[in-house]
Amino acid sequence: MTTAAEFQIEYLQYLQADGKAKSDLPSFASDETLMVNLYKTMVQVRAYDTKAIALQRTGKMGTYASTLGQEALSAATGAAMQKDDVFAPYYRDYAAQIQRSVSMLEIYQYWGGDERGNCYQNNPHDFPMSVPIGSQCLHAAGAAFAFKYRKQNRVAVTTIGEGGTSEGDFYEALNVAGAWKLPVVFVVNNNQWAISVPRGSQTACETIAQKAIAAGFEGIQIDGNDIIACRKIIGDAIDKARRGDGPTLVEAITYRLCDHTTADDASRYREDNEVTNAQELEPIKRTRAYLTDVGFWNDEKEAALQVECKKNVDAVVEQYLNIEQQPLENLFDYHYAELPANLVEQRQEVIEGSL
Amino acid sequence: MNELTLVDAVNQAIAHELASDPDVVVFGEDVGKNGGVFRATANLQDRFGENRVFDTPLAESMIAGLSIGMSTQGLKPVAEFQFLGFIYPAFNQIVNHAARMRNRTRGRLHCPIVFRAPFGGGIHAPEHHSESTEALFAHIPGLRVVIPSSPVRAYGLLLAAIRNPDPVIFLEPKRIYRLVKQDVPDNGEALPLDACFVLREGSDVTLVSWGAMMHETLQAANQLSEQGIQADVIDVATIKPLDIDTILNSVEKTGRCVIVHEAARSFGVGAEIAAQIGEKALFSLHAPVQRVTGFDITMPYFKLEKHYMPSVEKIIAAVNHTMEF
Ligand SMILES: Cc1ncc(C[n+]2csc(CCOP(=O)(O)OP(=O)(O)O)c2C)c(N)n1
Repeated sequence: MTTAAEFQIEYLQYLQADGKAKSDLPSFASDETLMVNLYKTMVQVRAYDTKAIALQRTGKMGTYASTLGQEALSAATGAAMQKDDVFAPYYRDYAAQIQRSVSMLEIYQYWGGDERGNCYQNNPHDFPMSVPIGSQCLHAAGAAFAFKYRKQNRVAVTTIGEGGTSEGDFYEALNVAGAWKLPVVFVVNNNQWAISVPRGSQTACETIAQKAIAAGFEGIQIDGNDIIACRKIIGDAIDKARRGDGPTLVEAITYRLCDHTTADDASRYREDNEVTNAQELEPIKRTRAYLTDVGFWNDEKEAALQVECKKNVDAVVEQYLNIEQQPLENLFDYHYAELPANLVEQRQEVIEGSL
Repeated sequence: MNELTLVDAVNQAIAHELASDPDVVVFGEDVGKNGGVFRATANLQDRFGENRVFDTPLAESMIAGLSIGMSTQGLKPVAEFQFLGFIYPAFNQIVNHAARMRNRTRGRLHCPIVFRAPFGGGIHAPEHHSESTEALFAHIPGLRVVIPSSPVRAYGLLLAAIRNPDPVIFLEPKRIYRLVKQDVPDNGEALPLDACFVLREGSDVTLVSWGAMMHETLQAANQLSEQGIQADVIDVATIKPLDIDTILNSVEKTGRCVIVHEAARSFGVGAEIAAQIGEKALFSLHAPVQRVTGFDITMPYFKLEKHYMPSVEKIIAAVNHTMEF
């Protein structure tokens, strides 16, 4: 027998849990503005996220999926994209969305049960977060096809949890992206848990990254709590796609420090000490340690940032709680470009019924 | 007394069948250790072991396709879709295989599967979690579609569904999962899978509903009774095969019928019932059959959800309309 093919999956980490560099850092790591902006996004998103849970707990928001512990990956994903690229996110990627000019208010509004949270006033092209798991991967592939077809120098990026990689849509998207060499990047947030199902029960693969191999393109695993690794590898993958060199799958190892959603109680199925251990690896502390080491950050700046983030969130909450109810005709008016005649009567019925 | 909620009655029925039939296996996303996101399979893994109650990878087409393979080889899968809104990746397997395996093979292979799924609105769930699309399944030859509306019927109908040799779509109205408790003796007695249930008798109007809307319908019947209008109230329960005779008998008596469902109005199960009444009892009718339903729109996200849902007031208004016709 001879070897028909051989593959290897690389793992990349720059920053250790204590924020110390493990190896030579990419040049952007010494760009103070860039690094501080990433950090600020992460801290802002954490403040936003903590508040969302509080709003849900006090009956002012619906079921909410927290992003606690996954801020670095998400912030890096958003920051690595260009404005004209297209993002097809899953439901835990607020940091990326916010980087892409979706407002915190829109995200609150969305989880508050109001479709207008999907309007994205300052972002015309991105998809709304995908609820049916895995389906968004194909949308990204389709968007990438459109870019290629229209000879636009744009890239589609999609995100998914590791549980979602068990879905057919995920494999189908990888396959077609590989076969057609589409300008798309798949980012898997491997946060170890799909609600109560641990990563090890989801697949026998040693890595999720290797699933790209079967689709004929590169997969790479990174430390998803390492902002530098995330920004570097996702950025490289996007550059590669933009050059016409095809898709990449990035598997980022994170940990879901929160319950699955506010409707979940993770203590039913996972050990507290696992969570405690994971807290040691979480990304905000690590990024701050790095920034402090290289002299970009200090306690004073931190205190000011905390105040600023809280202020921003308070202002958004104030707006959120005072949003006017959606006009009832909205329930009908967005189903078709033109309202079919048979819906006119029902539309009237709803409006009259509320008077 | 064994006071149970609807979701606990589901659990009790599954447990009963796990205990009495070694071919029953229970699986889906988060049904094992977590006991299901609504706790419908709570503690079953502890009681019956990981061999028989287990989590699957996150993939619905897989859940349905596996069920088909298992069921043709002697197992009786009771598979959960976490929400009806996520069953669609499995539609191909259910429609193209589960529903027609018996027919394609002229009886050589068949699929004794129960596909369970919570459904319906009213719990402030995220997008895609609140739709009522029972008609999609009722339209498919070869499937049975069952929707319980009380703990007692959940238990008895689920037993029947698990024992049935053909695929059953068992839809659980999650808004009423914990609404009321009833005495549900764990006696292993199944209810018929081809019968409507008459919940209340009256001679003036027939109210037909199923699932969570049974509760609004019964409330409306109570209020109407105070107005002097006595309603026959029918819980369809088994949507398919439809027990039209029970409905026709009632309509022949009352001459009036109002159908209540949460699903969108057009092309729904209510349309089928109305059509059959038109075909078979036209001359008994004193008024056109009325439907009180959801609108023909995407289920609104929860802020405006209540404007979509049929209400007691709307049911009463429809009844008054038929009375005055
Ligand atoms: C098609 C589909 N099936 C099931 C669900 C219900 N559900 C929501 S989140 C979830 C687990 C997702 O886990 P993972 O993909 O690992 O992402 P995470 O939530 O952990 O970030 C499930 C089963 C869904 N939303 N869509």
